[in-house]
Amino acid sequence: MTMSLAIDYAPLGKPLRQEASRDDLVKMGFMAVIGLYLIIALGAPLSIMLSKSFSTYRFDLAAFEFQVSDETGETWGAPVTADALNRELGSVTDSELATSSDGRLAATKFFKDFSFRSPVRYRIRGTTDDTAFLVGSALEKGTQWREYDSGTFRRVVLRPASSLGFDNFKTYFSTPALARSIYNSALMAAISTVVTISIAFALAYGLTRSCMPLKGLFRGILTIPILVPSLLPGIALVYLFGNQGVFKDWLMGYSIYGPIGIVIGSVFFTLPHAFLIILTALSVADARHYEAAASLKASKWRTFTTVTVPGARYGIVSAAFVVFTLVITDFGLPKVIGGQYGMLAVDIYKQVIGQQNFEMGAVVSVILLLPAILAFAVDRRMQRRQVALLSARAVPYAPKPNARLDGLCLAFCCLVSLFILGMITMCQIAAVVKFWPYDLTLTAKNFAFDLMDGGGWAAYGNSIKLALLTALFGSLVVFTGAYMVEKADGFRACRGVFHFLAMMPMAVPGMVLGLAYIFFFNNPSNPFHSIYGTMTILVLCTVTHFYTVAHLTALTALKQMDPEFESVAASLKQPFHRLFFRVTVPVCLPAILNIAIYLFVNAMTTVSAVVFLYSTNTKLASVAVLNMDDAGDIAPAAAMGMMIFYTNVAAKLIHALIARGLLTRTQAWR
Amino acid sequence: MRHAMSIEPTPTSIHRDAGQAVTRPSPYLEISDLWKSYGDFVALHDISLSIAKGEFVCFLGPSGCGKTTLLRAIAGLDLQSQGTILQDGRNISTLPASKRDYGIVFQSYALFPNLTIEQNIAFGLENTGRSKAEIAARVAELLETVGLSAQGKKYPAQLSGGQQQRIALARAIAISPGLLLLDEPLSALDAKVRVHLRHEIKALQRKLGVTTIMVTHDQEEALAMADRIVVMNHGVIEQVGSPTQIYRHPETLFVADFIGETNQFPAKVMSQGQVEIVHSAFSCSTQDFAAGDPATAVVRPVDIIPHGAGAHAVNSVDRPVTPQNLIDAEVQEMEFLGMFWRTRLTAPRLGDRTLIADFSVNAVRRLNIETGGVIQVEIPKERLLLFPRGA
Repeated sequence: MTMSLAIDYAPLGKPLRQEASRDDLVKMGFMAVIGLYLIIALGAPLSIMLSKSFSTYRFDLAAFEFQVSDETGETWGAPVTADALNRELGSVTDSELATSSDGRLAATKFFKDFSFRSPVRYRIRGTTDDTAFLVGSALEKGTQWREYDSGTFRRVVLRPASSLGFDNFKTYFSTPALARSIYNSALMAAISTVVTISIAFALAYGLTRSCMPLKGLFRGILTIPILVPSLLPGIALVYLFGNQGVFKDWLMGYSIYGPIGIVIGSVFFTLPHAFLIILTALSVADARHYEAAASLKASKWRTFTTVTVPGARYGIVSAAFVVFTLVITDFGLPKVIGGQYGMLAVDIYKQVIGQQNFEMGAVVSVILLLPAILAFAVDRRMQRRQVALLSARAVPYAPKPNARLDGLCLAFCCLVSLFILGMITMCQIAAVVKFWPYDLTLTAKNFAFDLMDGGGWAAYGNSIKLALLTALFGSLVVFTGAYMVEKADGFRACRGVFHFLAMMPMAVPGMVLGLAYIFFFNNPSNPFHSIYGTMTILVLCTVTHFYTVAHLTALTALKQMDPEFESVAASLKQPFHRLFFRVTVPVCLPAILNIAIYLFVNAMTTVSAVVFLYSTNTKLASVAVLNMDDAGDIAPAAAMGMMIFYTNVAAKLIHALIARGLLTRTQAWR
Repeated sequence: MRHAMSIEPTPTSIHRDAGQAVTRPSPYLEISDLWKSYGDFVALHDISLSIAKGEFVCFLGPSGCGKTTLLRAIAGLDLQSQGTILQDGRNISTLPASKRDYGIVFQSYALFPNLTIEQNIAFGLENTGRSKAEIAARVAELLETVGLSAQGKKYPAQLSGGQQQRIALARAIAISPGLLLLDEPLSALDAKVRVHLRHEIKALQRKLGVTTIMVTHDQEEALAMADRIVVMNHGVIEQVGSPTQIYRHPETLFVADFIGETNQFPAKVMSQGQVEIVHSAFSCSTQDFAAGDPATAVVRPVDIIPHGAGAHAVNSVDRPVTPQNLIDAEVQEMEFLGMFWRTRLTAPRLGDRTLIADFSVNAVRRLNIETGGVIQVEIPKERLLLFPRGA
């Protein structure tokens, strides 16, 4: 029988659906929980913030109607709107009508000869159901007439009506000091990016293409800045080049407070990120390309421009975007060293903490989101292409000794290491001497944190607690989430949304996330309101803030597992959680440990997101650095910064020990 | 190399046709009207197939033909869009994989890298109410069966590919499944190991009597191992039959071309038993054809018989083709392939189209065939196959 003539259409009818197994239900449950987590911790706060940035508040005078009685309190005049009254009196100007969500306007303003002792009575009502006013602190709403004696009417205040629109943005762009911050931030980010990438490339080149000695040592030194808050280079720069700085003269009259300080500090704290990305890109070089270049008699320079640079192209672009985003969204450094130089991230802080203008804070946040999202989107596209570049048959490149090149690379690495160690050493010295640079006797008084504002040793304790909880809870959520994205079959659309949410935190600056959390969780009608001001919200926020990198690490590890493991386990009638705990987790253990230490270190150093969310009971070490510096206690700030540094170094060492111990025990198969 | 699993030393793949006529017992696996589509792409077209208990069936076809999709539908790993699957009388069409009864072996082995060989095999036995001693005994028995008793404490990465695949097999049969599914199990292995392991798998399958489905794109593998072969192309079953049926009596041009090699010529049926190829008449069976039907004539290189020196006037096309389909041909090229000579011939009778013929080393020596010579070759009329050609 020949069947090649089968008709080319699918039969009608509903496609079959597989019966759900218990595994599917469990997986669905997990997906729901983690999906809910991402929505609560990220999606909902951000969307609330977005809507806030478009919310404007304005007193709508046409919406209020008054009626006034004569002195007997019995004969009433005709109803008249506040708008009409104001046109007569002109007591409230148009610019006074624009207000914030907290705006209040006294009703008595519309009555020239109001006296609270007069027997005249007043009636007030709204013309719409949403019109609201306060009597003392009691909220009244609606179109019902309400009558008050003059003593009570004195306490009647009108509430603004909210509407959606671009007014906040108009206000923002018409405020020169604010709008200028966009230019400043972009300029600082661009300059820092160019400088950092150049240095990072030279370093990575030296470590991969030369035979210079001490590569391991340099690699270690170059990653030090990751272990300290971005405030610390600011403090170091103040000590080195500030008004009392030893090297103040080097700046030839320019002030370190401002662009110069921001760029130097940014280079310091972004260098390890750029360095590691470019190092990875250069490490995958294929020796065959170099052999081909040599056999074609290409000059060294030509080989460099046609083989080395193009090979690392995607790494360079990726690193550039990372640095740009880090600088433009960083808050700690410009806060300490920026002086009067306005930067976007600091603007958010000033608008929210200084002026309590949450709507304007939201506007700056949205503006800050744009470059970050753009950088993120371009970077993702780039990375997708990068994959195709790697070939399984590549031959690793082994550099040959070359005295001149090796010497040059060594000298450069020494120079950069000196810069990094110098900054750290400066903070270390400042932390343990009485008064830099005048009195260099050793002292422990700078570590007496309990005597200063900022939270004292309790803040340090809180930071450790936050870091441990973030590492524990974060690696659990992230790894399980990544497992669902990678290994759960079905729910294709669900997993897509899930993955998108997991990638988003990369593009959301910490300040923006923190502010979004205020909007979302500080709303009494939110069922999660009770976590506001607790350690829980700090953990939630920190895990979410650093979710993406951890998620990608987990995903990379999971992608290396045979996709048929799940099928085999199902055919052997074993529930997926048995496979998960006996195979998936043990095999991915190194990646899980890396996620944990990454979250720990970042939870110790982060300032930007948590600065909006800590309460008196949950002050943090990194925030204490900021606050002590703000209060002029710079030496204790440096001391606290160094405490964070010591802790992270210790954590790294413990991580290395645990990793080694666990690996020899559980990874014998490697 | 030690034949660890060879329970029967000689493979008995010859004369399996004999059993074909006997009525098969009621099917163990019955697939009816199966469709699978991904959006607009139809991966499986109305597949119906019955497999008897204890049978070894191969799904054979080029990549993308739907054979793996069909296997995964049977396994419950990729649900079909339409259609039913009965296993041992039970409707498993929409059951999740974990509720079906099968063991599976993948091309990638999919051994758990952090578990020892013993732990890998024991994975499916644990959590099933068996005692530790029972499990240990079963694992030891399985290791013995696949001939790797000494390797139990090692990790998969310490074994060779062939050994790993045997462990994967042991793990799959540990739970004594009713159905064994093999998804290109030998494709990742070296040629020599592959040939060796296919005997072992076949012998093991026969010893256990487990109904087995193997997916492969390697026709030699399918011919050597299967009781029945299901040839698939473009999501459609082209032919189902024993290896010899498939090879000797292909039902479609695709099957003829995919299994073994072919010479193909456009032809036209002249009358009963006579077909015109180019401008000459050849004898062959013209069953199912009417005079005047266009057709494609196919003959395999190995079926062409050399008959010694031919007439040197090769240009003459006047002589009629004999009833034995004897034609003269000039040897253009000869290629020594070890077991035989592959020759490229041109025959005026075939309009100087190239005819590929494989001659045994003996024949070449005996008949003194050499490049540039002219020989008479026979295209046996029972080996000249006709397939319908689209008008």
